[in-house]
Amino acid sequence: MAVKHNLFDWRLIGKASAESVIKLNPLYQVRKPVMFIVEIGSILTTVLFVYSLYKPSGDPPLFILAVSLWLWFTVIFANFAESMAEGRGKAQAENLRNSRRDISAKLLAAPTHDAAVTVVASPKLRKGDCVLVGAGDIIPSDGDVIEGVASVNESAITGESAPVIRESGGDRSAVTGGTLVVSDWLVIRISANPGETFIDRMISMVEGAKRQKTPNEIALDILLAGLTIIFLIATVTIVPFSIFSVKAAGAGSPVSVTTITALLVCLIPTTIGGLLSAIGIAGMDRMIQANVIAMSGRAVEAAGDVDVLLLDKTGTITLGNRYATEFIPAKGVEIQQLAEAAQLSSLADETPEGRSIVVLAENEYGIRERDIHALHAEFVPFTAHTRMSGVNMDGVEIRKGASDAVAEYVKKQGGAFPADVINIVEGIARDGATPLVVAKGKSVLGVIRLKDIVKGGIKERFHELRAMGIKTIMITGDNPLTAAAVASDAGVDDFLAEATPEAKLKLIRQYQAGGKLVAMTGDGTNDAPALAQADVAVAMNSGTQAAKEAGNMVDLDSNPTKLIEIVEIGKQLLITRGTLTTFSIANDVAKYFAILPAAFLSIYPELGALNIMRLANPHTAILSAVIFNAIIIVILIPLALKGVKYRPLGAQALLRNNLLIYGLGGVAVPFVGIKLIDMLISALNIFTK
Amino acid sequence: MTENGLLQIGLYFVTLVLLIKPLGSYMADVYDDAPHIFRPALKPVERLLYRIFGVKDDDDMSWKQYTASVLVFTLFGGILLYLQQRFQNHLPLNPQGFPAVSWDSSINTAVSFLTNTNWQGYGGESTMSYLTQMAGLAVHNFLSAATGMAVLAALIRGFTRRSAQTIGNFWVDLTRSTLYILLPLSIVFTLVLVSQGVVQNFKPYKTVPLMQKVTYDKPVVDSQGNPVKDASGKDKTEPAALTEQSLPGGPAASQIAIKQLGTNGGGFFNVNSAHPYENPTPLSNFLEALAILLIPAALCYTFGKMIGDTRQGWAVLITMFVILIPLLIFCYYAETADAPYVKGLGAAISSGGNMEGKEVRIGAANSALWAAVTTAASNGSVNAMHDSFSPLGGLVPMFLIQLGEIIFGGVGSGLYGMIIFVVIAVFVAGLMVGRTPEYLGKKIEAFEMKMAALVILIPAVCVLLGTGAAVVLKDGIAGIANPGPHGFSEILYAFSSCANNNGSAFAGLSVNTPFYNILLAIVMIAGRFGVIVPVLAVAGSLAQKKYVPVGSGTLPTHTPLFIVFLIGIIIIVGALTFLPAISLGPVAEHVIAAK
Repeated sequence: MAVKHNLFDWRLIGKASAESVIKLNPLYQVRKPVMFIVEIGSILTTVLFVYSLYKPSGDPPLFILAVSLWLWFTVIFANFAESMAEGRGKAQAENLRNSRRDISAKLLAAPTHDAAVTVVASPKLRKGDCVLVGAGDIIPSDGDVIEGVASVNESAITGESAPVIRESGGDRSAVTGGTLVVSDWLVIRISANPGETFIDRMISMVEGAKRQKTPNEIALDILLAGLTIIFLIATVTIVPFSIFSVKAAGAGSPVSVTTITALLVCLIPTTIGGLLSAIGIAGMDRMIQANVIAMSGRAVEAAGDVDVLLLDKTGTITLGNRYATEFIPAKGVEIQQLAEAAQLSSLADETPEGRSIVVLAENEYGIRERDIHALHAEFVPFTAHTRMSGVNMDGVEIRKGASDAVAEYVKKQGGAFPADVINIVEGIARDGATPLVVAKGKSVLGVIRLKDIVKGGIKERFHELRAMGIKTIMITGDNPLTAAAVASDAGVDDFLAEATPEAKLKLIRQYQAGGKLVAMTGDGTNDAPALAQADVAVAMNSGTQAAKEAGNMVDLDSNPTKLIEIVEIGKQLLITRGTLTTFSIANDVAKYFAILPAAFLSIYPELGALNIMRLANPHTAILSAVIFNAIIIVILIPLALKGVKYRPLGAQALLRNNLLIYGLGGVAVPFVGIKLIDMLISALNIFTK
Repeated sequence: MTENGLLQIGLYFVTLVLLIKPLGSYMADVYDDAPHIFRPALKPVERLLYRIFGVKDDDDMSWKQYTASVLVFTLFGGILLYLQQRFQNHLPLNPQGFPAVSWDSSINTAVSFLTNTNWQGYGGESTMSYLTQMAGLAVHNFLSAATGMAVLAALIRGFTRRSAQTIGNFWVDLTRSTLYILLPLSIVFTLVLVSQGVVQNFKPYKTVPLMQKVTYDKPVVDSQGNPVKDASGKDKTEPAALTEQSLPGGPAASQIAIKQLGTNGGGFFNVNSAHPYENPTPLSNFLEALAILLIPAALCYTFGKMIGDTRQGWAVLITMFVILIPLLIFCYYAETADAPYVKGLGAAISSGGNMEGKEVRIGAANSALWAAVTTAASNGSVNAMHDSFSPLGGLVPMFLIQLGEIIFGGVGSGLYGMIIFVVIAVFVAGLMVGRTPEYLGKKIEAFEMKMAALVILIPAVCVLLGTGAAVVLKDGIAGIANPGPHGFSEILYAFSSCANNNGSAFAGLSVNTPFYNILLAIVMIAGRFGVIVPVLAVAGSLAQKKYVPVGSGTLPTHTPLFIVFLIGIIIIVGALTFLPAISLGPVAEHVIAAK
């Protein structure tokens, strides 16, 4: 699904070009006040051009035509930006739609696999219906597994081709319509009516069909509309002002409507006005590129505001498994002896902990891995009852496990649990690591230190987040000692140990009451209340239906670290809007210096002193400003689609950098741009007056 | 420019800065009802007033109730002031026997004083009875100022209150502003002015012989009052001489104190503080100029103290200074520069620069200083005629007004206008750092932006549309005294001044006509309440919001960087809105003269 698009995909450009003309429909433009004004200006100047052919006025028809054409281009360019942004989403929606095609489903009369089956088309399925799917079947709609275990290929949704296990109960019970059952069978209770399924929601999100303006976008729209009205009045009143001035000066002619329209369009914030919706759509698109489906644009925006990140320890901060880092022998036991026993007990233990013990023994003590069958050893797997695992070999029992379990085991054999081992065990626990005691028969050999391994680079990520002003909190079911140790290793700001769903929910509420915005990830059904409470809640796609419904985003990769990326995308969206607004307003300074002296030259020739760019003549000056105003939209499309590069810096540094580039740059660039365009036009020698 | 002149300007600002913290801190205590120096003595008076008027001081209002109170209070005040002028010939304290003021002028003046504009289409000493001046105009000098301060207090509460429905009680804010701040300061200032020789009496005008006889050519008129032409078609004149003059009196000092302190600016006499009875000595000139900026500047500190972060108040204050001082120096420079258009004008040019329209005793430095501060603040009193300033010198007061009266601005109104600009700057800057913008812990969202847009939009639209109408309509053009771009500047200045509630006049424009009286009155109302209502709406909306604690991702709004950005927004919005108009007025006049 995560189809990466080249920014300059020619097929996309062709489609977008066609759409940008269709979007000239005034009924469509009226939603965007700034561009609507430009379109009215385009129509007005077109009429003026036609009129000037019959009845020549002050401006040569060619000049009016040129202005009119470039005003049309301005609208078309803005439409093009929007269509480009939409186009990328549409291509993805197309892929998704293919996976949603109608299929036949085996509707069950009762929620068991042996109930009577009727075959119905998938759109007939309603919430609460139960269906049976077997190997090779496509799951007809979203639902929960209520019976059976099967492997499911979810590549249609996630892009990940390795099948995943779906089973009833627990956190792996949710299935998504459109995915393929690879083996075995499932009984599924449908949880969504047609049109409300996950794929339906994804399609509408990526298509932007249901896209509503986000709160900040609305606020910005209002500001832009306010500026537009001010500039509208400021330019329209030039008509009476210049009528008066013509009388006062006894020379010249009032400023023409073409010039006023050109000035108006140049002054109103067309750059940001034209790119605003493209920026919003592109922001959603960047989420999709990151394989995250946001349920609303609002959620994407909120991600940029997040103050607190709640991150699960396992899988996010640590590698998810403990690793053996040290063997500590009991008094009188050789370390080699301990290492060998530990390795033997773990040879058939396929858990990552077990593997890490084998590897440690081999690397540190040179004990080669042996084949358990060749040793005639019998593996004793871990059970919840014994809380130990190990081997029986040649009548000797080797066990490893939690210290109290091993102590009980040794005592039963008539042995004693040495006091120094108790000390070692306590010492390891104090460090936040996990002790695993190894016993051979009735004697305790020593302790294995198991440690949580913090993911590489995570500490740096947290450091960046701190620079962004975001607090990270580690959530773990571990005891406070272990939690504190991992927290300090990982560099998180705080942790919640022995976390229960209630404690999580309470923590979120506590931060929210203090005015903070909280983001979290979750996958289990017991995460659902906390997910629903959090401001930005990312559910793992591998998680339960309840979790997915409680969250406002779904991460298709089920990667909890993604939260950090999501925050950055949210911020980037806001920054892109802010910088382009600044750029757009800053541009106006140069445009004034281009158009005003040109407009008033016939009345007060002395005002030519304001023509600091030394533009060739009034017509080239006005046209250059209009052309610059249109072309800058096209030039900025890639920036609008990709977003302004975000660097994790404090607010002060970010503002300084962006002001230097987009504020000062916004003042300077048009002076150069307009001058260059003026030189080009005057070289053409069309407008000599 | 002379060193002496710059030194006086320097002394002015140093004195001002020294007064900001003590006064600002005191005013914060007044609004927070914290212990302060006058509280023990005046609290019983305050309580008594509440009992008389049936005000419950703990009865807080929603923003809508607050707004309704402001509007109703102003409306009733307006009706009273209108009637007072219309019936002044039947009321006492009218020793000169002035007739009733015309209906259109009465409306204009009533609106003008209620909106803290104090635009004067009339001449005080030749129109208004002592009672109208003292019990009408001076009263509204207090109340309109106190209203502005009350609205500011309400806006500040919008920031300090959390998840609240109310923003304070208007009657309480009005009473406290008047009783604890404006009255004590005015009483002290009146006494100082009287000591300097400002008149304060109820005596009729005195006729006294002139020390030096003045001779002039008097036009000959026929029995109908039409000028008689001589053989060559010129107006016929005959030599005449003036031997005596009329010296006005009245309760001037008490009114001048509040007109300076309350950023009102409506002079007791027609020429305002250029009149020797209104502004007799260098000290009175210094103190009156100081009084203009005193409260608006100190309120910035009040704001900082009330929100619990004085750095925010200083940041706003620095923004104001950084915009004002260069413009002031530029004005001073323009008035003293050896410009081509003042060459060869002989007597009008002294060593002090362009002295047309200036009091010789006041000089260019103090005239420029006054012109800049009176238009930065929405005071509008003058000690020199802005109409006679050089084109660029006159551009400074005009531009300061057009910035929206937020560089100090009116008491209360200047700061609430500035805070709205800060909100807009925070919005754009906040997006640039990648967060939903927030100011002082309150999120700035669509509703705030809508109201902020109105605050910027309404006065600007009034100026432009009003000027646009006046320059093409016959009644509008009829008032122009000077031809060419200067005539345009006069009209532009009048509408800028009224729409932004400044009240200073470029003069040179005859505005005491029904056309200007009514049009300018409409513009004054729109400029005042078109801002107050949205500001109170913002206050109400902010008060309801939760507080967002400051973190390192929060945009700091007290740093030099933010101040620079804020200045940029203010200047760019102001300049972009008015550049076409300014180009056809002062700029055109300058470039033509420079040729």
